[in-house]
Order: sequence, then C-alpha cells, then structure tokens
Amino acid sequence: MNWIFGDNINTDLITPGRFNITTDPLKLASIAFIEYRPEFHKNVKKGDFIVAGENFGCGSSRETAAIALKHRHIKAILAKSFARIFFRNSLNLGLLLVNADTDGIDKDDVLILDIKNQVLINKTKKNKKKISIPSMMLRLNKDGGIIPYLQKHGLNHLSDLERF
Amino acid sequence: MKKLLRIFIKNMGKADRDQTIAEKIFSSHSGKNVYAGDFVLANLDLVMAHDTTCAWALEPFYKIAKKVWDKKKIFIPFDHAYPAPNTEMASLQSAIRKFADEQGIPVTTDGVCHQIMSERFINPGNLILGADSHSPTGGGLGALTIGVGSTDAAIAMATGICWFKVPPTVRIEINGKLPKGVFSKDVVLNVAKSIGPDGGNYKVLEYGGETVCSFNVPERLTLTNMSAEMGAKAAIVEPDENTSEYLVKNNRAYKFNKSDLASDKKANYEKIMRFDISSLEPLIAKPPDIDNVAKVSEVEKEKIKLDQIFIGSCTNCRIEDLDIVASIWKNRKLHPGLRVIVTPASKLVYLQALQKGYVKFFMELGAVVTNPGCGPCLGRHQGVLADNEVCVSTSNRNFTGRMGSPKALIYLASPATAAASAITGFITDPRNYLS
Repeated sequence: MNWIFGDNINTDLITPGRFNITTDPLKLASIAFIEYRPEFHKNVKKGDFIVAGENFGCGSSRETAAIALKHRHIKAILAKSFARIFFRNSLNLGLLLVNADTDGIDKDDVLILDIKNQVLINKTKKNKKKISIPSMMLRLNKDGGIIPYLQKHGLNHLSDLERF
Repeated sequence: MKKLLRIFIKNMGKADRDQTIAEKIFSSHSGKNVYAGDFVLANLDLVMAHDTTCAWALEPFYKIAKKVWDKKKIFIPFDHAYPAPNTEMASLQSAIRKFADEQGIPVTTDGVCHQIMSERFINPGNLILGADSHSPTGGGLGALTIGVGSTDAAIAMATGICWFKVPPTVRIEINGKLPKGVFSKDVVLNVAKSIGPDGGNYKVLEYGGETVCSFNVPERLTLTNMSAEMGAKAAIVEPDENTSEYLVKNNRAYKFNKSDLASDKKANYEKIMRFDISSLEPLIAKPPDIDNVAKVSEVEKEKIKLDQIFIGSCTNCRIEDLDIVASIWKNRKLHPGLRVIVTPASKLVYLQALQKGYVKFFMELGAVVTNPGCGPCLGRHQGVLADNEVCVSTSNRNFTGRMGSPKALIYLASPATAAASAITGFITDPRNYLS
C-alpha cells in the first residue's frame, strides 16, 4: 500500500529526537513515525511506498530518518522534492528516492515503478507519470549504498561518482 | 592511499567568468575554477561530528578505514545531551569516546558545536563539513560550512574530501537601520517568512546589504544559523573588518584577501531578494513551521500563557544576547510559576556571563542557568516539554515534538522577546521593556 503524506515532512516526525538515541537499525525502524503516524508504525509492510509532497525529510541531519525507513523495507519514497541532507543520506544508505508528481495517488492505488523507462504506472488510476531518479542514486542503490560501493571498489573510486 | 585522495591544488589562474563567494571557495578547494551546477571533489579544512551524529559514523568509518585522515582536522564535540541524561546517550558517548581515544582526537564538552567552531576554528574562506543540520552557522565568518549526515562525515573523516554539486547562490540584500527592539533574529524570521522552509534547498544564501555589514559576527551567526531552516546548503556573509575584529578577539588574527572572498560584480545569482527592515517589528515564528511568522505585537493580544522560556542554542545565546536579556530583566521580576532556562552557547559565553554577574543575577531571579550545550532545544534533557505546554524559545526549530511532547507548542523569537515574555508570563512585545 501507499502511505500518503503532505509537504515538509521533517526528521522530527520521522524519528523524533527523544527516541533516536540508538545505533541499532532495527530499533530505529521501530520508531519510524511513532507519534506522527502510529498506523504506519504498526502496519507498514515490505514493498510499501511512501508518497509525499514537497521537501520530504527536511530538518535535522540525523541519518536515523533514512535508516529507519530503509529498515522498514520501503520500496521507495515518491515525493515532489526532497530536502538536501535527507537526499544525501538516502543516497549513501541505498534508500531509493524518486522525484515524481505525486498528486492524485491514493493509499490503495497499485503502483508500478518502472525504473528502466523512468515512469510510474498507476494501475488503479490507469495513468503513467514521468519520474526522475538521479543516475548516482541508481548506481549506488545497486551496491546497497556508498559504503558497500567503496568497500567493493576502494576509496579512490569516490571520484567515479562524477561519471555516474 | 589516503595521501593520494587529497586533491592537489595548483595555481589555477583567473576564473574566466565572475564568481560568487561560494564558487570561489569551491574552486580553491577543488583545484579548478567551478560554477553553480559543476560536480566537485573538494579538500576539507575541518570535519565535525557530535555526540549523536558521530555515533552513527563509526560503523561506516571502520568499514572503509582504520585511521582518520588527519586527527587535527576532526572535531568531536559532546553537546546535544551532555552530561549524558540516560543510559542510551551514555552508551552513544561511550562508543564515540572509544573511537576518539583510538584516533587521538580530543572530545570537547564545553558548548554547542557551531559556537565552539566559530570561536576557535573557522576562518574566512574555509570549506568545512559538519554532521549537523545547523552547520551553515559558520558562514557568518565568511566560510562555507555545510551540513551532512553521518555516512558523509565518516567518508570525510577517512579521506579529508567530499563530493559536492556546486550550489547556486541566492543573494539576500538587507538594508535599513534596525528599529528599537528589533534584532538579527527578527530580521532573519522576516526572511524565513518570505523564503519558506525549502526556499534555500540545495542553495547558498549569501547575506549582504548595509544592515548585514553593520552586524557584528555574533549577529551574523544568527542569520546563517537560521538559514538551515530554509533548507540552505550553506549561508555566507562576505568577511570584512567586523570579521577581522572577531577573529582577533578570539585569539586568531587570520589574514584574508578580501577580493578572494567577495562575490564578483557580474557573479551569477539565481535570484536577488531585497528587504528593507527600517520599519520591521519584533517577529515570532508560531508552531509548527519556521515561516509561520507573525508580529509579536499581534500575538501579544492573544495572551498566550507560557510554561517555559528557553534562552539558548546555537542561534541566540552568545554574550551579546545575554546583554540584552540582562538589560530587560534589570529591576524587574520573572513571572512566578514560569520555568526560565538559560543555556550559554559555550564555556566562553558562560565565563563572560559569570564575569558580568549575569549568572548570579539570573539565578537570583529564579532562572535556571545550565551548563553550555544544546540544552532543551532538541528535547533530550534540561527542560523537556509536557503535553499542552507552551514554550518561547530563542532557538531555531519549532517542529511538532521537537522539544518533547508532540502536543507541546514552540514559539521562536529573539532573546529580547523571550526576556520580556519571561516577565509577563505570556508572549510579549519587548519594545516597552527596553530603555
């Protein structure tokens, strides 16, 4: 299913400061939206989408927001735009962010993410929308994030990022 | 291998077109003349990660390195909750301390990271990475100080470099003489009202104009600090005589070439925004967004009853801020039943406050003066809010749940407005309390 959110969903709503004092990713996953959307916290399933408006992930630099959502096995976050640090954190962690026009998507719509053709197919609403995923994100996603990428290829390959 | 990674900076010659300050700093740290939109790998002058973000940097760091690139260029402050208020924070700090010991890096425990960096480390023209969203603060000294998450900080600690996309610059021109009772916090809330929480996303906000020139560095740090709330990648003020004066005062007479750190005449700005502040009134950001800004004089009419006042944070708890608070509280009493918490931004500020007699004065009035650090700003200790409580804070973030209960309300204002409100017990225009 799709978890629908509005604009400016900040890191304090995703992982509130009082709870994110652990480095255990599973504990972090268990606090995702714990106060802001308790149903998410209880019912989110592997492969679900988060669908949001502008500036998703604004606020703190805390990587816990991205770690928590990654370990909830969200398929991707679809939003009109992402806040800069959240974007970098997700890129680094291998959490897929998709820039898309998210208007008109409802929670039970069946969405198919066609990465190859960069389109989002809404089977329920019978429409297709263009999406954009930066090539660096797709590349790092393949290895599961920047750390596995650097472990595999070596630190000197940081400079390769430019070419992705 | 570590040595190889550092980027060799040769004499690049003159740039072929005019540049912004940000483009100049990225150029001098990447060894090529670059402009907005270019991808760069750049050498860093300093990397900061604190008692929360550093904890999450340890695992990624040890996956790719054994030793940091330069232990003198890594800054680890414990500020978000120090001394540790619970076993969870204590465990994070213990893990970081072990890492710091292994690497030979001292842990600093005497103030908010951005304040300490401004007092001790940041020089004009520097490129600095901070694992904290309010890292743009240091731009008040004419440096590029950029916020990232823990994985980026881990890679930077290992290599001393980071990749960036050179951001476009938005010039914010502020002109006019500050009216009575109006401070740099009000000026920047006025900017936030107009730009919104994402108007600076992926961009550099470059502050200029006669008002900004007249501001001293502490006042500028409030502007650059709040730019994080507008999504800015960095914020910057062209360094000048006021910057030099601040550096001398803080024991480092760093000389810089002004033309290297000023935007060229025909630099390409994405946008220029102009503000005339000569008739500005004290402002307040109502919960839960930074751009939900109203005049204090209007909000005052609602007689909003307060439970807590927080004077602190990297935004507004320097000695200049406490001077204003002390002048408002002189010969007055604080409202009974109100919790008033003052958290100096650093040990230096604390010692200055002690010397000026403020600590005694504030305590005798019934305020709590805590040790320097982030204080209750992020809801971890020293003044967490309960359901339905209302707080006026001089900090920078009024998100739902930021300072404790998601049912608490946070209003952001200047130290003057916070101080005046501490006297009456409701949100109060400071202009009648200033001599």
